[in-house]
Amino acid sequence: MTPGSVQHENPDRLYTVTGGRSRADDARLDLVALIVSESQPVPGMQSEHAEILRICRAPTAVVEISADLRLPVSVVRILLADLLDTGSVTARHPRTAAGARLPDPDLLKQVLVGLRKL
Amino acid sequence: MDSGNCEPPVRAPLADTADEGLKIVIVGGFGVGKTTMVRSVSEIRPLNTEETMTQAGVGIDETAGADGKVTTTVAFDFGRISLNARMVLYLFGAPGQERFWFLWDRLFSGTLGAVVLVDPRRVADSWYAIDRLEHHGLPFVVARNNFGPPVHSLDQIRDALTLDDAVPLIDCDARDRESGKTVLITLVDHLYALSRAQEMAT
Ligand SMILES: Nc1nc2c(ncn2[C@@H]2O[C@H](COP(=O)(O)OP(=O)(O)OP(=O)(O)O)[C@@H](O)[C@H]2O)c(=O)[nH]1
Ligand SMILES: [Mg+2]
Repeated sequence: MTPGSVQHENPDRLYTVTGGRSRADDARLDLVALIVSESQPVPGMQSEHAEILRICRAPTAVVEISADLRLPVSVVRILLADLLDTGSVTARHPRTAAGARLPDPDLLKQVLVGLRKL
Repeated sequence: MDSGNCEPPVRAPLADTADEGLKIVIVGGFGVGKTTMVRSVSEIRPLNTEETMTQAGVGIDETAGADGKVTTTVAFDFGRISLNARMVLYLFGAPGQERFWFLWDRLFSGTLGAVVLVDPRRVADSWYAIDRLEHHGLPFVVARNNFGPPVHSLDQIRDALTLDDAVPLIDCDARDRESGKTVLITLVDHLYALSRAQEMAT
């Protein structure tokens, strides 16, 4: 386990942040779904929501938001569900979502080209 | 750690055109060099976070709540590589222990493939990861991270791992960016070949 990570987070805070909800099993946002703000934070907004809107001015993966907020991914998914519901953010879902099959060769070719260019 | 005053992220933002997140996982035993490899190829300083998952009564080392459900936490670190205007590859350094694999399906579904890092001094540490990857049907390559001059040949390592001939096995230095890139290219080349073969077969 990584020291200094969020694992010893106070459970009370997690409860407060999510209003005690747990929607972890809703249609799940992928770890690398890219989230983009569609509106500005407004006064009175829950601070985590406002923070997400600021972070996602540029596309930002769910895991990056989680690391920035120091909140577990499952909690971030709940916060994002709120923002998605109100259209405050949109999600760019990966094409390679869960599935037994390998990604198609074209996609892999593009990955290879990108890696070789680094 | 108050969320109200989180430090703002200092890393470079992704391009507005980015719309395709991809995942590769680096697995291996404790201290084998997972985080080091993520760091050497990532365009951002590695970040870390955790996922907590709730599962109905399964006997793992975690505490069951009043509702009989078990909450398990997995910490992992990750880095990022922008491949082109649209595609962004995320590299996850993930622990190799048992409870992690129990959550594998849910945590890393949609992963392109895996790199198994092997410490040649502790080859047996990788058996479990290789076994689980085969079980999950996730394609992988094996990279020997040399902490000194290699004592064994790669063939000897392949034997020790009872690794199928079809699985690429290479040497690497997790601290070296070019070496890390080569490992990733080897993995994606392998995936490409598998994907082509699969396409041909259908
Ligand atoms: N000499 C040498 N040292 C290395 C190499 N790769 C990693 N190390 C060192 O080995 C130690 C462990 O590396 P990490 O990258 O933290 O390993 P890890 O797999 O992320 O470890 P855990 O997350 O704790 O399981 C660090 O001190 C690294 O600097 C290598 O190729 N050669
Ligand atoms: Mg590590």
